[in-house]
Order: sequence, then C-alpha cells, then structure tokens
Amino acid sequence: MINMSTFDVHAIREDFPILKEKVNGKPLIYFDNGATSQKPQVVIDSINDYYTTYNANIHRGVHHLSQVATQAYEDARNIISNYINAVFSHEIIFTKGTTDSINLVAFSFGELLKEGDEIIISAMEHHSNIVPWQMMCERKKCVLKVISMSKKGELSLEEYEKLLTKNTKLVAVTHVSNSLGTVNPIAEMIKMAHQVGAKFLVDGAQSIQHFKVDVQALDCDFYAFSGHKVFGPTGIGVLYGKEAILNEMPPYQGGGDMIERVTFEKTTYNSLPHKFEAGTPHISGGIALGKAIEYFSKLPLAEIQAYEHELLQFATDELKKIENIRFIGEADEKASVLSFLVDGAHPYDVGTLLDKMGIAVRTGHHCTQPIMDFYGIPGTIRASFAFYNTKDEISTFVESLKRAIKMLI
Amino acid sequence: MQTIQEIENEIIADFSGFEEWMDKYEYIIELGKDLPLIDDKYKVDERLIRGCQSQVWLFAKKKGNELVYTADSDAIITKGIIALLVRVLSHQKPEDIAKADLAFIHKIGLQEHLSPTRANGLVSMVQQMKQYALLNLIS
Repeated sequence: MINMSTFDVHAIREDFPILKEKVNGKPLIYFDNGATSQKPQVVIDSINDYYTTYNANIHRGVHHLSQVATQAYEDARNIISNYINAVFSHEIIFTKGTTDSINLVAFSFGELLKEGDEIIISAMEHHSNIVPWQMMCERKKCVLKVISMSKKGELSLEEYEKLLTKNTKLVAVTHVSNSLGTVNPIAEMIKMAHQVGAKFLVDGAQSIQHFKVDVQALDCDFYAFSGHKVFGPTGIGVLYGKEAILNEMPPYQGGGDMIERVTFEKTTYNSLPHKFEAGTPHISGGIALGKAIEYFSKLPLAEIQAYEHELLQFATDELKKIENIRFIGEADEKASVLSFLVDGAHPYDVGTLLDKMGIAVRTGHHCTQPIMDFYGIPGTIRASFAFYNTKDEISTFVESLKRAIKMLI
Repeated sequence: MQTIQEIENEIIADFSGFEEWMDKYEYIIELGKDLPLIDDKYKVDERLIRGCQSQVWLFAKKKGNELVYTADSDAIITKGIIALLVRVLSHQKPEDIAKADLAFIHKIGLQEHLSPTRANGLVSMVQQMKQYALLNLIS
C-alpha cells in the first residue's frame, strides 16, 4: 500500500474549479482526461492576468508591456525546458500542439530526406502520428513501415528490430497509446533506432501528464506534447528537438519573428527557437502552459503515479465484475486509460446514458481507426483518469454503467 | 391521415410526462428496439450515412403520392430518434416533408442528437430525407 500522507486528492480538487460543476443536474465526473485535462485556478488566473495587466506583442517592442510579456513568455520556455531537462531552452519550440509539432518535423526534417529513405511508426499511433508521415512519404517518395502489435496491445520489439535498416531515418512512436493505455518501452526503442543511425520522435501527448519526462535520459531526438493535456490551455504545445538536428532543419513556415534579415533577393533566418516560430505566437497560451508545468512539477509525482495506477486497478477490478465487459488494451504496462466495450451495447448509447448521469467518458474510435480495424470494432468507451479523480467517482461510474447496461440490453 | 404537425404534437405530449432524463431515454430505447429493422440486404454502402460515432442506413420509396422511409442504425438511441423521425415524416407528401421544420426535436429536448457536433449520422439523415422529398417534387 502506498503512503498517501502528502497527497490529498480532496485538497487537490480544490485547485480545479470545474470539478464543482454539475452536468444534467448531477455532480460532474470527468473521465475524459485523455482528450483534454482540466485546468487549475493558477493557469486560468495567468491567462486573465496577461490580458488584464500586460497584454503586448513580444520580441519586438521596446515599451514596458512588451518587455514584461516577452519575459513571461521566455520564462515559460525556461520552465518547460527545465522540467523536461532539455540542454538548452532554445530546444523548446512552441507550437499549436502535438499535431502541429509532428507536422513541423514531418515537413522540415522530411526536407532532408531522399527517395527510398524509411520512416517507422507503430500500429497504435493516433491519426496525427500517421497522416503527416504518409503525406511526407508521398511528397519525398519515402517508405512508411508499421510495427505491428499483439491483441493485448503491445508492440513487438523483435519485429521492430527487423524493420530497422540502414535506410531508416526516423522512428515516430507514441509513449502512451491514447486508446489502449499501453506504455511503450520507449527508452529501449530509442536505443535501437540510434544503433542504425535513425532519429526518434516521441509522441508525448499522453505521457507527460503521467510520467516524469527527461529528454536527455531518454536521449530522444524529438519529443512532442500538447499543453491542454497537461493542465494548460488549448492551442499551445511543444516540440522539443536536439539543437544540432533543429539547426540542420529548414524553417517550416515563413513570416515575422523567424527572420534575421529580409530583402526581396534573399532572406536569412533567425536562430533557434525563433526560426520555427513564425508570426505572433499564442502568448497567453505559452505563459499559461508554463504555469501549468510549474503547478504540476510541484506535485509529488511518484505518489501521483501510484495513485493513478491505483485508480486504474480499482476501475479494472470493478468493471471485471460486470458481465459482457470486454477490455480493449490489456498491456502489462498501462497508464490510467481504460478502454472497453459492452457486448450488445453500442459505445454511443453507453456514452449518451453516462452523460445523462453526469459522467464524461469518450466514445468512438479516438482518432485511431487502424486500431479499431485491428480489433474489428466500431469504437470503444474510454475512461481516462487524472490525479484529481477519486475512487468514489469510479464507484458511481460503475453503478451508472450497470444502470445503462440494464436499459440497453 | 394525420399531418406532420399533428404527429409532432402527439410526440410532444408523449414526452411531457417524463421528468427525469433517464425515463426519457428509457422510452427512446424502447422505440429503438421496436423500430422495424431494415433487411440486411438493404444495408449497403449507398444507403449508409456514415457518422463518426454511429451509422445510419436510410431507405426511401414512393407509394402513391407519399414517401415511405425505413431506416436503421447500429446504435439504439440513434435508432429511437430515427423511429420518431420516421413516425413524423413517413407516409407524408413530399411537399410537406420538404418544409417540415421538425421543431418537436427541440421541444422534447433531443436537439443535442441532431447537432452537427454529435457526429451520429442523424443530421445527414434528416438532410437525406428532405433531399428525397425535394427530388420527388422536381420529378
């Protein structure tokens, strides 16, 4: 049994005002954290504070507000850089989110590739870590290979090893599967990629909110994540990239801020990170994401991890007691994501009835249609937990689910 | 023969008795279970209206000067709402179907299922039902 002395979930819930909301007359039970997480008051306040007291464009004004805003934005970059242990803060590129980060790499790193070069992804990728590579492979005549997975929802490292060749230039794999919860052995996979000289991109959209991420320890070449899944705002995200590789890559978009000198004959580009940040960025978003990471980094992460695991285990055990439940994704290593089906009931119906009882779950294919095709199912019901969820909420969820099943079957 | 408006009023009256959401859904689920199924041979791709979450099959034919609809879905709540739409629009004249505003959906509190964000195929199904009516008006 873990020691919960310094982690008080009820105190933590006080930080998240939305958790006091009612939905359809019932207290909100929010189990759709895989889609987006809720925001603590400090994050909400920081957005308000920016627009109320120091809204200004950054990196270009000599006036006071612009300097305050620039400082706050760059402070946020530093907080994030320190948190994921990047070597330099200019290795942190602000983007719109994970999708944008991956598209940046697919375009820009893709420009360095030639016909016949190979990219490897896995069978459990989100559409945003499939489609950009397909587009890039089509554009550059590269080959896209896919590591298959088992019914349990685990990748085969033996197969991965066989797919790696001297032509492999990049491997892009998710750290945690959004629809199965599988935690992939990413550190080992990165080592294997490096042995053949390939770079490695980690899709961290579902991992940074659960684990301590250290990009130097992982030795990944790119790490992409979204602000809104790690208690920050939507529309802001991060691409971490190793300095040397980012310097080699051409800019992704042209515009203001990313240039050093523009003439009609030739433009020279700004240095990192600005080279990849064309135009006025999402200033309040970046600042608020810094606050979110700061908030999260002060929590006892080891205890949170243990607590989330306990929630997952409790929910799994409780659901196992219900007849007709089929789990999708039963990997040995899982984050707090629980995907399941009720035999004889459509996920849409179950989700609709749970919503009427105040419970937010995700239903559908979770932007991972290849996974649904692999299992031959239209979609799943997914409950994804955060550290502010409780066992009482899970008990209510299980009772509500039983009621829904009774109505539907 | 009842008009579209009369049937809508009847449905609104049926639903006025429910105070709880769950009772309302209990009723919709029953309607879904009772809906005559489309023969599997008609569940072909050209009759399929793909939603992100649930799928709908729609089949329309002309009988005299009326249109008759049969429809189905893989989700039971979607099917229950289809049953209501079929009850209102089937066996009606194309000109009446084309101008029906289906305000009853709002009045019985089910508008969320017909919102474009719901992605259950129902919005497209209603459009398709009206399109059949319009096509029949032209021909």
